[in-house]
Amino acid sequence: MEVIYILWLRQLKKYFRSRSRMIGSLAQPLLFLISLGFGFGPVFQRAGNGNYLEFLAPGIISMSVLFTALFSGIEIIWDRQFGFLKETLVAPISRLEIMIGRTLGGATVATIQGIIVFFISLLVGFRPVNWYSLPIALFFIFLIALLFTALGTAIASMLEDMQGFQLIMNFLVMPLFFLSGALFPINNLPKLLLIITKIDPLSYGVDALRATLINQSYYPVSLDFSILLILVVFLFIIGSYLFSKIEI
Amino acid sequence: MDNNIIEVKNLVKKFNGFIAVDNISFFVKKAEICAFLGPNGAGKTTTIKILTTLLKPTTGVIKVNGYNVISQSDNVRKSFGIVFQDQSLDDELTAFENMEFHGVLYHLPKKEAREKIEMLLKYVDLWERRNDLVKHFSGGMKRRLEIARGLLHNPKVLFLDEPTLGLDPQTRNLIWDYLKKLNLKEKITIFFTTHYIEEAEKIAGRVFIIDHGKIISQGRPEELKKTTKSASLEETFLKLTGRSIREEKVNGIDRMRLRRKFRH
Ligand SMILES: Nc1ncnc2c1ncn2[C@@H]1O[C@H](COP(=O)(O)OP(=O)(O)OP(=O)(O)O)[C@@H](O)[C@H]1O
Ligand SMILES: [Mg+2]
Repeated sequence: MEVIYILWLRQLKKYFRSRSRMIGSLAQPLLFLISLGFGFGPVFQRAGNGNYLEFLAPGIISMSVLFTALFSGIEIIWDRQFGFLKETLVAPISRLEIMIGRTLGGATVATIQGIIVFFISLLVGFRPVNWYSLPIALFFIFLIALLFTALGTAIASMLEDMQGFQLIMNFLVMPLFFLSGALFPINNLPKLLLIITKIDPLSYGVDALRATLINQSYYPVSLDFSILLILVVFLFIIGSYLFSKIEI
Repeated sequence: MDNNIIEVKNLVKKFNGFIAVDNISFFVKKAEICAFLGPNGAGKTTTIKILTTLLKPTTGVIKVNGYNVISQSDNVRKSFGIVFQDQSLDDELTAFENMEFHGVLYHLPKKEAREKIEMLLKYVDLWERRNDLVKHFSGGMKRRLEIARGLLHNPKVLFLDEPTLGLDPQTRNLIWDYLKKLNLKEKITIFFTTHYIEEAEKIAGRVFIIDHGKIISQGRPEELKKTTKSASLEETFLKLTGRSIREEKVNGIDRMRLRRKFRH
C-alpha cells in the first residue's frame, strides 16, 4: 500500500511542480469552449437542440481528461530515458504494484485537470442541471482517466523513444476525441459514423458525463458504466503485462 | 557452494545476434570484494544488469544470494543494492525525496529510514542541500546521492557499476572508506566495475578481467601481476586486452551513456 502511495504521490508532486504544463494544457479547452460554444451556439439552438455550451462542456471536460491521461504514458518513456525507471524496476516490489501506483497517479492528475476544466466551463457560463450529481460526474471523470492512463501506459511500455510515442498519440488522440460525440449529438448520424462512435471508448465516457451533468444521454448510464469498467480492467491487465516485459 | 553469494554459470547475452556476454562463469563468495575490470563495451554493465534482474540472460544459470534471477527475481531483488553506471535519480524531486522514495520501495520503517537518510546525506555532504531539486545538482553531487541511496537499505550484496566515475579523489576515498568499513563490519559483499586500475588493485580482493564479453583472467591483483610478469595491474591489463581502442557497436542508449561519460 505504501509503495503504491509513494508512486502516486511522486506523480502528483511532479504535476504540481510543473505549473507551465498545467496552465498550458488549459488553454486548449478554454479555446474550444469559447470558440465552439459561442460559435456554434446559435446554429445548434436554431436546429432545436437546446443550449450548445451545456452540450459541449461535458465533451470538453472529457477531452482534457483524454489528453492528460493518454500523455501520462510518456512518463514511463521519460523515466526510461532519464534512468529512473531502473530504480523502480530493481526494487523488491511487484510490477503490479508499480503499475497500480503509476496508473492511479496518472489518472488522478487527469482527473484534477478535468475538474479544473469543469470550473473553467462554469466561468464561461455552463451550469449543470443539478449539483448533487457532481460526485457521480467526478466518478465518471476518474473512470475515463483510468481507462486512458492504462492505454497510454500500455503503449508507452512497448516503446523506447518519445518520437514513437508522439507519433502514435497523434494518430490516436484526434480520432478518439472527434469521433466520440464530444462535439456533436450521436443521434441522426450517418450509419458509418455511428458505428465508429460506438467503437470509440470515449463515446461512453462523454455520454455518461452528459447524463450526470446535463441529464441527456444516448445510451443508458448503466451501459456506459459497464463498458468503461470492462475496458479499464482489460487495458489495465494488458498494460501490466506489457509493463512487466520491459527490459532496460 | 553455500558460501557463494553470486554464482554465474555459462552466461550468454545476445542483442539481436550480437554477443555482448560470451559464455562466462564465475562466483563471488560472501563478504568478498570483487571487481570487473575491462575496456569499453566489454560487457560489464550487461552482466550487472542481468545479475540485477533488469535484463534476461539469453542462456545460463545465475544465482544471487542463492536465488535464481529468473524464477526467484523477487527474492533476488530483496538481496541486493545497486548504483548504476548512468543516472537513475528523479531530477524533479529533491535529494531527500529521492532517498525517501527509496526507503519506501525497500520497506524500511519510517523512523529508521529518516535517521539513516540523515546520516548518509551528511556523510556524502549533501544534507544542507537535501531540499534542492536534483536537477540543480552537479554531476558529482548526483553521483554522491546515488551512492548514498544505494546504501540506504541494508543489502547483502552491493553492485556498483563504475561508482566513482566523475568523482574527485577526496570523494572517491571517502566513499571507498565507507564501503570497506561496511564490508568488514556487516559482511556485505561488494561487486563493482571500474576503469580505474588502481581502484581495482587497491580495493578488490579478486579481479576479473573481462574483454569482448569473455573473462580472460581472474585472481588476486598480485597473482595477476605475477602470471603476466607485469609490474603493475595496468600493465597486466594492457597486456591482456591490447592497446587498441574499442570500436563499439553503439546503440542509442549507449550513445547517450557515452555522451554522459564525456561530460563528466
Ligand atoms: N540494449 C542493447 N542493445 C544492443 N546492444 C547492446 C545493448 N546494451 C549493450 N549492448 C552492447 O553490448 C556490449 C557490451 O556493453 P556493456 O554496456 O555491457 O559494456 P561495458 O563493459 O559496461 O562498457 P563501458 O565500460 O563502456 O560501460 C557493447 O558492445 C554494447 O554496444
Ligand atoms: Mg558499463
